[in-house]
Amino acid sequence: MPLTVRDFLQLDLPALLAAVLACAACALVGNFLVLRRQGLMGDAVSHAVLPGIVGGFLLAGTRDTWAMMAGALAAAALAGVLIEAVRRFGRLESGAAMGVVFTVFFAAGVVLIEQGAARAVDLDADCVLYGQLEDILWLAPTGWASLLDPAAWVTLPREVVTLAAVLAVCVAAVALLYKELTIAAFDPDLAGTLGLAPGLVNTGVVLLTAATAIAAFEAVGSILVVAMLIAPAAAARMLTDRLPVQLGLSVLFGVAAAVGGYVAAAFGPFWLGGGHSLNAAGMIAVAAGLLLALAALLGPRHGALGRRLTARRLHRAAARNTDVVAAGPGRP
Amino acid sequence: MIAEALRILTLQAGFNTAVVVAGTAALGLAAGMVGTFLLLRRRALISDALSHATLPGIAAAFLLGVALEVPGRSLPLLLAGAVVSGLIGVLTVQAIVRFTRLTEDAAIGIVLSVFFGLGVVLLSHIQALEVGGQAGLKGFILGQTAAMSRNEAIGMGLLALGAAAAVALLFKELRLVAFDAGFAGGQGWPVAMLDIALMALATLVTVVGLQTVGMVLVVALLIIPPAAARFWTERLGTMTVVAAIIGALSGWLGAALSALFPNLPAGAVIVLTAGALFLASFLCAPARGLLATAARAAHLRLVVAEGNALRRLLLPGVAAAPSPALAVWLGARGLLRGGRLTGRGRVAARAAERNLRLWERLLAEAPAQVPADANWGIDPIDAVLPPDLVRMLEERAPCR
Repeated sequence: MPLTVRDFLQLDLPALLAAVLACAACALVGNFLVLRRQGLMGDAVSHAVLPGIVGGFLLAGTRDTWAMMAGALAAAALAGVLIEAVRRFGRLESGAAMGVVFTVFFAAGVVLIEQGAARAVDLDADCVLYGQLEDILWLAPTGWASLLDPAAWVTLPREVVTLAAVLAVCVAAVALLYKELTIAAFDPDLAGTLGLAPGLVNTGVVLLTAATAIAAFEAVGSILVVAMLIAPAAAARMLTDRLPVQLGLSVLFGVAAAVGGYVAAAFGPFWLGGGHSLNAAGMIAVAAGLLLALAALLGPRHGALGRRLTARRLHRAAARNTDVVAAGPGRP
Repeated sequence: MIAEALRILTLQAGFNTAVVVAGTAALGLAAGMVGTFLLLRRRALISDALSHATLPGIAAAFLLGVALEVPGRSLPLLLAGAVVSGLIGVLTVQAIVRFTRLTEDAAIGIVLSVFFGLGVVLLSHIQALEVGGQAGLKGFILGQTAAMSRNEAIGMGLLALGAAAAVALLFKELRLVAFDAGFAGGQGWPVAMLDIALMALATLVTVVGLQTVGMVLVVALLIIPPAAARFWTERLGTMTVVAAIIGALSGWLGAALSALFPNLPAGAVIVLTAGALFLASFLCAPARGLLATAARAAHLRLVVAEGNALRRLLLPGVAAAPSPALAVWLGARGLLRGGRLTGRGRVAARAAERNLRLWERLLAEAPAQVPADANWGIDPIDAVLPPDLVRMLEERAPCR
């Protein structure tokens, strides 16, 4: 199937834009989850928002973003409060508390979806899990020239606009609260004594995660959200010990995974002679996993190869030192 | 409606429904028992990675079946694929934790999402193939009891009972590892092997549960019943039994409900039932439930306030009237009348005074003897310490 410019601009470009924006936003926020050992918060949030999304949708009766967004945020906040309550008053470890709350929320969401389906509402559980990147259309552009036309940009798909806004909020939040986020991530006790309210920062991170996850959720599905919150940040962490570098690298990895995964899913099969495209969200998650595997193997200091090389260098240096000591007793 | 519900619950609504309901109850029973040890080993969420990691295996097994021209959808082949890729997922989590600087939560999230993503990619490939039976694969994600055949349900029930029997047989060893892995290793028990056995049992339960509950929610059956059972008891044996009962009840009620309302997805209903049982346990369980804990704390506060007020009333020349509410309470108990201690009140006040004095002396003379599980200064000391120790404290002069 020859790929026309028009097809690319109308079908692939908006999906690609949504994927890139979602991945960049998730990757940026994910750094703080990985550093704070809250990686599963993304998993919990992306499952727990389901009843809120469906509830907001059923109440509003339309696929209006704001109703679903409000419902999702409410569900995420409620889930957060419940997890904390079960952990504190039930004296359960936080993993178990999360597991109890998010599975029940997700189950409630699935039941709600089925109730909606009974009333012929168009929303199904599959698109929640792996999104509907392929369904994002942008009908305005007809050729490269129309990308320069402001009128076309006005009709950008709603998902892309929402994701761009969320990415902007994430960048602004990280830029403004960089110092607080850093201290609270590495040393919550110090943050407390400095009067930086680590609890408040914690809540802020969870809320930011929730907002990002919700915005990305509808476009790319919960599985990709979990992958993107953790894998790029984890890969960046294999390569550097400096937070600013890690933030930059993680966003870079997120974008690379989005583009690579999307291209592999949408065009790969045709290049290989297949006749149909693959699921893009899943492929992006796989691409992120591959990037992480590469980083874990080849990272210069923390990767498997890098550590082996360092060990060998130390070994040689130690051997040299013993030779020197053995050769020259009595040296100063 | 009610008659129909009763017939399903008592396994009389047709053989098929009965087998599915009974099989799901067996699954819940096994999941509760295995989950108890996962919870105590703090491995609860690894099973989430495990269950999501089964998807690529199922899809790959389906493709293999197509390539080998196995007719239709061969369930054993699909489940074997699920076991293999689930175990690879768990091993990947452990390898990430062991060989990189990433923590377990990140490893779980990575394995869960990347494996599931791979499974989704394979599924989208399968969807486009021109072979039969691919529609059933999606049933593994959110579960569907309706599509289950009689033999599948019987097989599921038997496998689940096998897992439950294995936990019962390994109970002593699993208990040791759950509470003190270092000691277990020192005693020569193969801790690593036991951990692998536990994860293998979790894999078995997960794979058995894929069809009914689905891979997204099967983790709930491994986490919620043990977490609920934790509120009922402080003893492991009891906790295992309670978790098994709660799990079986969730499976039984949930499967019956979804048979009654066919458009409700079975997995979600089972999980919601388990969630309701968890909530009831969280609030009402006598050992660690919220209400019982609050009641015990309130009682303790009352005992302390009462003792303090009585002791203050004993002191001569101190204006130490208790607060009005407490005065009413003491009056109702017949310890106080008109702002003065009654005869019984005097006895009670002396006892409270003696109790606190002995506790203080114990702390001063032999702090190591203060029992860790007693409420210092509050519990009646005669009930906590042996009588000869109490007599010694009474005879000893205060050290100041």
